[in-house]
Amino acid sequence: MVDALFEFLLRQGDNALVLGHRMSEWCGVAPALEEDIALANTALDLIGQTQLWLGYAAEVEDAGRSANDLAFRREVYDFKNLLMLEVPNEDFGRTLMRQFLFDAFQVPWLTALQASSDQRVADIAAKSLKEALCHLDRSQETVVALGDGTQESNARMKDALDFLWPYVGEMFADDAVDQAIAEAGVAPLPSTLREAHRATVKAAFRAAALTLPEGDFAHKGGRTGFRHTEHLGHMLATMQILQRSYPGATW
Amino acid sequence: MYAHMVKSEATSEDPEMLAAFQARIDAGEKIEPKDWMPAGYRKTLIRQIGQHAHSEIVGQLPEGNWITRAPTLERKANLLAKVQDEAGHGLYLYCAAETLGVSRDEMTEMLLDGRMKYSSIFNYPTLTWADMGAVGWLVDGAAIMNQVPLQRTSYGPYARAMVRICKEESFHQRQGFHVMMSMVKGTEDQKRMAQDALNRFWFPALMMFGPSDKDSVHSRQSMAWKIKMNTNDELRQKFVDETVPQAEYLGLTVPDKKLKWNEETGHYDFAEPDWSEFFEVIKGNGPCNKERIAARQKAWDDGAWVREAMMAHAEKKRARKLAAE
Repeated sequence: MVDALFEFLLRQGDNALVLGHRMSEWCGVAPALEEDIALANTALDLIGQTQLWLGYAAEVEDAGRSANDLAFRREVYDFKNLLMLEVPNEDFGRTLMRQFLFDAFQVPWLTALQASSDQRVADIAAKSLKEALCHLDRSQETVVALGDGTQESNARMKDALDFLWPYVGEMFADDAVDQAIAEAGVAPLPSTLREAHRATVKAAFRAAALTLPEGDFAHKGGRTGFRHTEHLGHMLATMQILQRSYPGATW
Repeated sequence: MYAHMVKSEATSEDPEMLAAFQARIDAGEKIEPKDWMPAGYRKTLIRQIGQHAHSEIVGQLPEGNWITRAPTLERKANLLAKVQDEAGHGLYLYCAAETLGVSRDEMTEMLLDGRMKYSSIFNYPTLTWADMGAVGWLVDGAAIMNQVPLQRTSYGPYARAMVRICKEESFHQRQGFHVMMSMVKGTEDQKRMAQDALNRFWFPALMMFGPSDKDSVHSRQSMAWKIKMNTNDELRQKFVDETVPQAEYLGLTVPDKKLKWNEETGHYDFAEPDWSEFFEVIKGNGPCNKERIAARQKAWDDGAWVREAMMAHAEKKRARKLAAE
């Protein structure tokens, strides 16, 4: 169970870390100052959540590693984030579409985790949920605005959705870790949230003049660590450079 | 539109109104957006507040350069929050400038086409993590020297914006100093990085106060209007006097062979920065001028479709609401 719990916590922490990193790439170059500030807020929330999840993961592992060791000293195949979160931002449209697809999962997920049999998980979830609710409000509103806005913005949002949709299924792909975690009452099976997610995104896409793509094909390999995209290695090369170049230094 | 506005204001000024205006300033009254003001006052304030706002926005770039490479989760969050604060400062300042009749979009265009300037310091590159310490410590430190007196400036919206900004800047300065502390207490590599950062940022930081008083074209009138509260040289001296002991505390060497405590004056004697370098940077020949403006231009161009879509959506929403009524 310790192994499954550690794995489960890495999945939560790595999702927040990798998406937070991508969001932080917008700092200083967003389409408007208000967006710059809002994207930085989201990134800051996610970095804060990373500290909580990976901090607990390090305690559970009990091998003398810290949250920072887990973030900055692991290899690509040790990362357990969803593939969708590591693909490049591309443009503001794809960035916000991804955020929305993720937020629409995180809100019911964190809501369920509040009832976790593991009190620490429940506490982290309760704190993170407050932030996720704000993120969902904002990402949903932006996706609707950009879908509805102009011909160009609608086309960009459609492209973003078509690109990202094949990555959505991974969120609901249960495996042995999920089974063990569910049996221990730590978290529900992710597959049980599929319908709630679908309902949220469908309603928003209707208002955004976007259609849910057909097909259930799902890229997988992120949350198990089996096969990431090529992009994660580049992200880690950037993110980890100081910790890798100067082992043992304190910053 | 901006030039026309200045011209029409200029024609309406009579000496009695100017004298009454100056009397209000001398009495320490705040000038508010709807009050009469001389065209030159308005023009100077737009230039000064606009330049300050642009400095915050362009200033996001050299530090933004290290957000994705920050060495720990705590440092990443601190740096991101700091750069976010700068965007917030830009926002308050653009709002203050808007009260003078110039829009944020107009000011952005003037920044991009070179009609308006930003602080020369942001045309220098950030090369190592120690630069995040040096920028916070020296650049924010110098900015605070400039900005604290501006909390008492005569234009109300500007003075009020400065109160909020100064609170955050002094936090940034401490954060920068803390990064430097960790570096000088660290490994040999880290100490070397810290000294190198000080070597590169010392003189550019001194240049942030502007040319020497004898060469400063705008000083006298701005001081009479209380748009500017101290001379460039006074502030520079204050900065040196406060910063040198901090460098000593860090165990770093200020890269100035002439630097010496002067018992008689009670101040440090120090070398002037190379003003020819300063004027080259102002002219566009700094190490990063072209990259900085290109980055702002790209963000502005890449964001155009988003801004247009947001406007179109707001318009459609309004129309739908009207149709439903």
